[in-house]
Amino acid sequence: MAVRVISETLDPWAEVGTYQQARPALAGRFGGTAIFVGTMRELNQGDRVQAMTLEHYPGMTEKQLEQVCADAAQRWQILDSLVVHRVGALLPNDPIVVVAVWAEHRGDAFDACRYIIDALKTRAPFWKQEATESGLRWVEKNT
Amino acid sequence: MSISVKYFASIRERLNRSEEIIEPEPGLTAADVWTRATGEGLPANTLVAINQEHAHAQHEVSDGDEVAFFPPVTGG
Repeated sequence: MAVRVISETLDPWAEVGTYQQARPALAGRFGGTAIFVGTMRELNQGDRVQAMTLEHYPGMTEKQLEQVCADAAQRWQILDSLVVHRVGALLPNDPIVVVAVWAEHRGDAFDACRYIIDALKTRAPFWKQEATESGLRWVEKNT
Repeated sequence: MSISVKYFASIRERLNRSEEIIEPEPGLTAADVWTRATGEGLPANTLVAINQEHAHAQHEVSDGDEVAFFPPVTGG
């Protein structure tokens, strides 16, 4: 299990590949990998968004993400999980987050992956500020 | 001895500061910390964390605690 918060460009596919390759103990054991990638849209609440800044609470963010992954491992039969989340300045089409779950069977992989991204959205202290034509605004409602 | 107070996102911007220190006092709740630090009542929809765990505003805080105030989270 690993969680990381990064301020550089996120390549979700490289993150998942690198993580999996570094864990030979997983090889031959997992039958399913569920991957969710969240990406920045160019439209939000009817407005064109030119750029976005993601702020977070260093320390608490990692702690909450680790708890969410540990909860998922308690509830479902999973072998491993990875969460990598961007902070800082983002542009439309930039990946924001990747969640990957390895399990023996697809049901547990899908369910745990869904749980982790849903719980992240309510528990992990991240905040989005969008730049639109009318200026900067904090996103107040998560979708 | 002290309580460390942190503010994030729109709350940090409105208060124009990201952290400060206040003196502990017996029976002080997180909401009391907010009032002591800002001179106002805790606004609705403000979330509270004590020592980096989500907490209720009426939860008591102790000397050495880190108390944070922030708007609803919008990650992912």
